[in-house]
Amino acid sequence: MCSDMVTILLIILPLIAGLILFFLKNEKRVMMLALTACLAELIVLIYCLFHFSPSGGIQFAMQQYWIYSPDVRFSIGLDGISITMVLLTSLIVPLVILTGFRRQVRNPGAFYGLILLMQSAMVGVFTSFNAVLFYVFWELALIPMYFIILLWGGENRKSITLKFFIYTLSGSLLMLTGFIYIYLSAAGSHSFELSGFYHHSIDRGTQSWLFWLLLAGFAVKMPLFPFHTWQPDTYTVAPAQGSMLLAALMSKMGIYGAMRWLIPVLPAGVAEWKNVVIILAITGIIYGSVIAFRQKDMKRIIAYSSLSHIGLMAAGLFSGYLVALQGTLFMVFAHGIIVTGLFYISDIIEKQTGTRMIDQLGGIRNHAPVLAGFFMIIMLGSIGLPLTNGFIGEFLIFTGLFQYKLIFAALAGITIISGAVYLLNMYQKTMLGNENKLTASIIEIGTSEKIVLFILSAIIIITGLFPQLILDIGSSAVHGIVELTSGSL
Amino acid sequence: MAGIVASISVSGSLIPVLILFIQILRGNFVSQTVVFNNWLHAGSLKVPFEFLVDPLSVTMMLIITGVGLLIHIYSIGYMRGDERIGVFFANMNLFIFSMLLLVMAGNYLLMFAGWEGVGLCSYLLIGFWSSNDDFNYAARKAFIMNRIGDLGFLLGMILLFVNFGSLGFAEITSKASVLTTGNSMLTLSTILLLIGALGKSAQIPLFTWLPDAMAGPTPVSALIHAATMVTAGIYLVARAHLLFVLSPVTMNIILLIGVTTAIFAAVVGIMKNDIKKVLAYSTVSQLGYMFTALGLGAFTSSIFHLGMHAFFKALLFLAAGSVIHGMQGEQDIRKMGGLKKYFPLTLFTFIAGTLAISGIPPFSGFFSKDEILKRAFENSPVLWIVTMAGALLTCFYMFRLLYLTFYGKSRYTSEQAGHFHESPKVMTIPLIILAILSFGGGFINIPSVFGGHTAFAGFLKPVFADIPLNNGHLQNRTELILVAASLVLLLSVILFAYFIYIRKAMVPATSESSMNPVQKTILHKFYIDEIYAFLFEKPYQWLSENLFRTGEIKIIDNFVNSFGRLVNATGNRLQKVQNGSIKLYLFVMAAGLILILILNFFVF
Repeated sequence: MCSDMVTILLIILPLIAGLILFFLKNEKRVMMLALTACLAELIVLIYCLFHFSPSGGIQFAMQQYWIYSPDVRFSIGLDGISITMVLLTSLIVPLVILTGFRRQVRNPGAFYGLILLMQSAMVGVFTSFNAVLFYVFWELALIPMYFIILLWGGENRKSITLKFFIYTLSGSLLMLTGFIYIYLSAAGSHSFELSGFYHHSIDRGTQSWLFWLLLAGFAVKMPLFPFHTWQPDTYTVAPAQGSMLLAALMSKMGIYGAMRWLIPVLPAGVAEWKNVVIILAITGIIYGSVIAFRQKDMKRIIAYSSLSHIGLMAAGLFSGYLVALQGTLFMVFAHGIIVTGLFYISDIIEKQTGTRMIDQLGGIRNHAPVLAGFFMIIMLGSIGLPLTNGFIGEFLIFTGLFQYKLIFAALAGITIISGAVYLLNMYQKTMLGNENKLTASIIEIGTSEKIVLFILSAIIIITGLFPQLILDIGSSAVHGIVELTSGSL
Repeated sequence: MAGIVASISVSGSLIPVLILFIQILRGNFVSQTVVFNNWLHAGSLKVPFEFLVDPLSVTMMLIITGVGLLIHIYSIGYMRGDERIGVFFANMNLFIFSMLLLVMAGNYLLMFAGWEGVGLCSYLLIGFWSSNDDFNYAARKAFIMNRIGDLGFLLGMILLFVNFGSLGFAEITSKASVLTTGNSMLTLSTILLLIGALGKSAQIPLFTWLPDAMAGPTPVSALIHAATMVTAGIYLVARAHLLFVLSPVTMNIILLIGVTTAIFAAVVGIMKNDIKKVLAYSTVSQLGYMFTALGLGAFTSSIFHLGMHAFFKALLFLAAGSVIHGMQGEQDIRKMGGLKKYFPLTLFTFIAGTLAISGIPPFSGFFSKDEILKRAFENSPVLWIVTMAGALLTCFYMFRLLYLTFYGKSRYTSEQAGHFHESPKVMTIPLIILAILSFGGGFINIPSVFGGHTAFAGFLKPVFADIPLNNGHLQNRTELILVAASLVLLLSVILFAYFIYIRKAMVPATSESSMNPVQKTILHKFYIDEIYAFLFEKPYQWLSENLFRTGEIKIIDNFVNSFGRLVNATGNRLQKVQNGSIKLYLFVMAAGLILILILNFFVF
């Protein structure tokens, strides 16, 4: 395999498969093709991982002129951060597809086609090293998601998707404006290349407001408190697979974007505003987990829980400490796995009982102990119990935040209490106690469910026991980011 | 079957522990750290999988695997017929694993992993019979209260890492040893670690979960909530003793909390009528004694009492379990009485436990409690009086329990009694072994005043060699007077209890109406649960609901939506401009041109 073609292969594979899927009608065939494409993608990525040297900078790189004036190049490649993100994507997407097994989705070709198109765009986001290219992929990823929710979503989907679309798009447009400004102020020949973005001479005062333009795009996507109000509704109304993709992958685009395209690009702006961002993030951590406690809808609980966890990632990211940034990248991975599992379980319960309201459920464990067991492992990951991967990211972020400011770590740390409060409540109300009319007829999960939940649980435990498997991939690249910013911190 | 597999695997741990123990006794090594691969390495943080084997950890390992094995065997009988018995033993084994991880860890992070692991097992086992929602709430309460402590532990640990650049016990100890007493960073980190210890060891103010934790099956109460897990806080302080010794402020806090908890819980124990709840408060109280010893700097005494308590409290719980088992689940002592004829073996072992916890010589509790009392007296006679008062309360509630359960008139129907039975051998043999240990355990550390050798203290000595040794300055004569005084007092308390519960055959009232306010207050555990509900639970629920209704919907989302409304409204207004009137269009065009010209000339 020609090594500079690998990255583009990673983008094109799901794109082509996705386009073909639109023309297929038979659900079985759709699933087969979608899964094959995803597995092929995963195999290509594993090939990359084997030939990847963590300290070797951007690898499998390709650069082609796309537009001559203004200078926009099609430059893609993989560094440690990219490959971690692509790894998460190529693990999540096949699992998400598997969760649809025998679910009889309406118009399956289009549904899975859109998922693969989204995967393609997301891999593009994670591998672009040119601002325009990054922006194009960024918006491309939004479109399939919009249709997935609009066409397969639940109640009120029209107004909710409209809000979701306009909100995130407005953020992105502000970000694009910021990119153009940076392009114009790049030293010497203007460039949209990331390397050019790292070497501009924008003064402190300009960086100060430019910071907010870029942050707008990332903050809405994450979402960062208080730019989050599209999120709980959207996560709730989306079909289960849509919620998984949104929470596991799409929200991570915001964290990734800030890590790559904001923090090292505008170090002076970051230095000026990072306390504000961290305070917002920590507010979100507490706010999300407090609200989650009294929510009734499982999906809504998971949505607010995500808001809380994303807040922790954002806080770690902006603390600027290497250990926290590594923790953030790890947590992006860990949370992606965990939240997929949580949404899947809420979907399994809803499919069997017709409701996601925790006060109408209970006693499920009596009939489905295996489901309850997997739910327990995934929940423990979300609570951040040591020896699960949820703990590693949280601990590293706390350590970094603590080094930055003790009070931030102490406040963010409240999540280890409040997180346990709402998760144990959700587990108790659904799994424990006595069964009622709705849950009496529940049956144990089947093979395909067991496979998906087993894989998720295994990843949660294995990467909790051996976190270096993930940390080592990105450590050198993250170190590079910290070095770029350290001058102005 | 599950029970046998689980018991065999625990004995599989016990054997290597015994080998290690013998090796240390022989002097083959004193302390050894075994380092495996890196667990976590990010930035400057480097945490390996490392294990520390020294007299302190081996002592704990012996208790965990030894008492653990007995309780596993006992559980085979106790849990027979339960439909989820496999899950039960899986959780029990997971607990042994986590607890061993906790005490064998060579650094704080790995210890924390075990620390949280035992918390999880405690949660799973308290709520083992999950069809009862009260039990589920009790389990949740335990987990969350522990997590409050865990946050303290976590922050304390990170503070140590930030200052010492390591999380290893050995490295931190050696780097801290050069610091001066009262160093503010050390004070803060020890206070934070202490919060963790208070949660796990059920001390004021984080103790209310432990009495509720009695919802779990009785072997769980014996293993986790009496003998092992709840002593993790004491172990933590003993493990980090150098840091604590260098922080006198923290030591005084420990002393204060320890004494208060010991007395408070003993007082509540007097009014409880549930056999397991009495023992639960007794555990809280005894843990208070261990904290008292820690606060006095008497680490060895604390660990000694920890070990003896593991024997006699496990014994008492298992004996209580034997009664509960034989009575088909009855736990209220007001419905017992005169059980001695049905449970002769259980009675025999229960008496051994009662004498041990009351501190009657030569039972184990006598030696361990006496040491703590002695150290208290050295500190101040007032402290001796207070701790002695606690010991008398302990003695009273234990004999009350003994008399009300096994002696006096029976308070059940003869129909019920037809089903009563002494427990099977698989349960009574562990009881007998524990009874022997409760009787003779104290002999490992006979104080010098009785011509003893203090062997256990000598065994632990290398662990605490880095802090100034306190040999005690009490004269033998004073010490003997104190022992004699305490014996006289204890015997009079036993007589008093005998008088009330056997002679006068008093039975605790079932209705509150006949009680005075003091009794009512004690019966309601000083309303601590109600106060916590009022201070924390209710406001948290209120906040959760109102933050959503007001903060989320009315303020933030409303603000966001107002942009949408603004766009709509503006659109509607501007629509009116497009009214087809050429006059207006021309006017606006001309006005615009003029404006641009003006701007061009005067502004740019």
